Amino acid sequence: MTKSVIQVENLSKAYQIGQIGTGTISKDLERFVTTKILGKEDPFLKIGETNDRSTKGDSNIVWSLKDINFEINQGDAVGIIGKNGAGKSTLLKILSRVTSPTTGSIKVKGRIASLLEVGTGFHPELSGRENIYLNGAILGMRKKEITRKLDEIIEFSGVERYIDTPVKRYSSGMYVRLAFAVAAHLESEILIVDEVLAVGDAEFQKKCLGKMGDISKGEGRTVLFVSHNMAAVKSLCTKSILITNGKIEAYGDSNSIINLYNRIAINDIERDHIKDRKDRKGNQKVKINSLKLNGIQSNRNIQLPCNQALSIEIEFDIENGNSLNKLLIGIYDEYSNRKIFIDSHANLKENLSLVGNGKIIIEFPDTFSLGIGIYSVNIATYSNNDLADYIQEAALFTILENDFFETGKNIPEDTQILLKNKWTIINGK
Amino acid sequence: MKKEKISNVPSNDDWDLVIKGHTSLFDVKFRDLWNYRDLLLMFVKRDFVSFYKQTILGPFWFFIQPVLTTIVFTFVFGKLAGISTDGLPQFLFYLTGITAWNYFSDCLTKTSTVFKDNANIFGKVYFPRLIMPLSIVTSNLVRFGVQMLLLLIAMVYFAINGAEFHVTYAIFFFPFLIILMALLGLGLGLIITAMTTKYRDLSFLVTFGVQLLMYGTTVIYPLSSAPLAYKKYIELNPMTGIIEAFRFAFLGKGEFTIWSISYSTLFTLVVLFLGILIFNKTEKNFVDTI
Repeated sequence: MTKSVIQVENLSKAYQIGQIGTGTISKDLERFVTTKILGKEDPFLKIGETNDRSTKGDSNIVWSLKDINFEINQGDAVGIIGKNGAGKSTLLKILSRVTSPTTGSIKVKGRIASLLEVGTGFHPELSGRENIYLNGAILGMRKKEITRKLDEIIEFSGVERYIDTPVKRYSSGMYVRLAFAVAAHLESEILIVDEVLAVGDAEFQKKCLGKMGDISKGEGRTVLFVSHNMAAVKSLCTKSILITNGKIEAYGDSNSIINLYNRIAINDIERDHIKDRKDRKGNQKVKINSLKLNGIQSNRNIQLPCNQALSIEIEFDIENGNSLNKLLIGIYDEYSNRKIFIDSHANLKENLSLVGNGKIIIEFPDTFSLGIGIYSVNIATYSNNDLADYIQEAALFTILENDFFETGKNIPEDTQILLKNKWTIINGK
Repeated sequence: MKKEKISNVPSNDDWDLVIKGHTSLFDVKFRDLWNYRDLLLMFVKRDFVSFYKQTILGPFWFFIQPVLTTIVFTFVFGKLAGISTDGLPQFLFYLTGITAWNYFSDCLTKTSTVFKDNANIFGKVYFPRLIMPLSIVTSNLVRFGVQMLLLLIAMVYFAINGAEFHVTYAIFFFPFLIILMALLGLGLGLIITAMTTKYRDLSFLVTFGVQLLMYGTTVIYPLSSAPLAYKKYIELNPMTGIIEAFRFAFLGKGEFTIWSISYSTLFTLVVLFLGILIFNKTEKNFVDTI
């Protein structure tokens, strides 16, 4: 039977904006005298109000979290995602008891260990071994517990050779390895992890993710994981919570929540028209000034039903005396895996050689579609084999669910490429 | 939002931890404190090792400060100003006062910056915050121990050279006096650190406040030679009773009465109680204000 180990009820956290805390006794005294003795309006509240007159009355309070309710079952690995400032970190801080909520409550079963940062409390002068003890104790381990796990921790960290060297001589990678190793061996029933995996090399990140997977799947412990790395959330967490503006937008299976998040994110971005983009590389001898997907300009929110054939239309300006002789287009999924790569050099029999202005249209067959999801387009032009114009994320588009196979049924989940196919069925009898 | 089933929720008493916004003022988690006792020792070890490793002379520094201060005091107050030392050798008289005072003032000044100094670590991980000031008080004990050693060496030296002083029965109160100084410094420090999260300017007051307070304590003069008009104010200072008792225990001169010690003890307990309450109240949300 699954049993809930974290229960959050009506949790809210308010922050005061503006200078309410004033900072010095003299200012507080001044405030006390003007308001309580002279009976004047509070000068500090006034500041708060003028700042936000356009919005609401009690404007000096910002609700970083507002009426959050959720429950987490034992052994679940739950991802917490959301944009910067959505309230993820506040939630984690309250869960880790670094700060306390304004209203509401959290009930917890078991010990919580939180990793809002790796290596909290590491002292540079102490050796690796001494820091394991110190950091372990800060995270709530007893000394004998650490001694029991010491060999395991050292082995996991992979810094055996330097274990008696002060950590100030460690490379940043070694430092993080050691710090994560300590945290990974905590014996808490609940582990809260903030984006600590953003550090360390790829191999170690993989090891960390693997370890966290073991913790939740193998050992039946509960993991809460906050990250902007959707691939990591997807691989580690079965469920996810999406927070927007201090409220829970959705809670459910990770795949659908991540898709939802990406869909929200893509709609929120204000994008410049491609000819106004400044974040481009190259000598600009061949400049892309229009990119359309199925006739929709790239700065728009492009949503394509999967049964619609994809077409890419590019317009460009070529400076006098130059020519466009190579065009590259890459299409990437939301985890930055390249799904389609178009290289004029490889795709065409004769090399491109265009002068003046013009337009290229590339069409895909309607028997093909990318899987449901969000994709980005990188595009590059070359003039005389020199990079002329290169724009990353020149366009973003979403492939929407539709009746691709014309069967009236849903497309199977996790399908990366859709291909119409012809079936020949020979039945024996 | 997909709502999970609530049917399998354990009953209320099953929860190990309930995080709430408003808790009682007296909700100090002493059990938590006990569970984290290893951390306290780890902090003490860290303070000691890091101090030892970062300096060339190591614990030798612990000697230099009291010796130099004593020499200066002997010269200025003893020789130039000619303040009485109750017939005791001036060097010993000042050294006992300074040793005891140093422990108290170290406890006070270092505790008074706990929130500011540890804002980073407090913002990242939970442990009972009281562990930090307690570890400071304990770490200072190491330094105090070294300075006591110095005092004992000086006493032996003066005894051999025939100086007149004697250790009294009050020496049995020595451990109690240490605890008293530690808790008084701790209590005052807790109040100040809690207030400095809101009022930064208080921290300026602490450094010279402690300095001034020393002159209001019987560190450089014996209580017996204080002018009658001021004597009662000096006696109001809870450290006076402690220093007098300390000096009486080791050198046999000083006004050691059950009343003065009781007063210091009561004062300490009240300050400590207030300090813990205020600290406990502040620790919950100080991360948001600092």
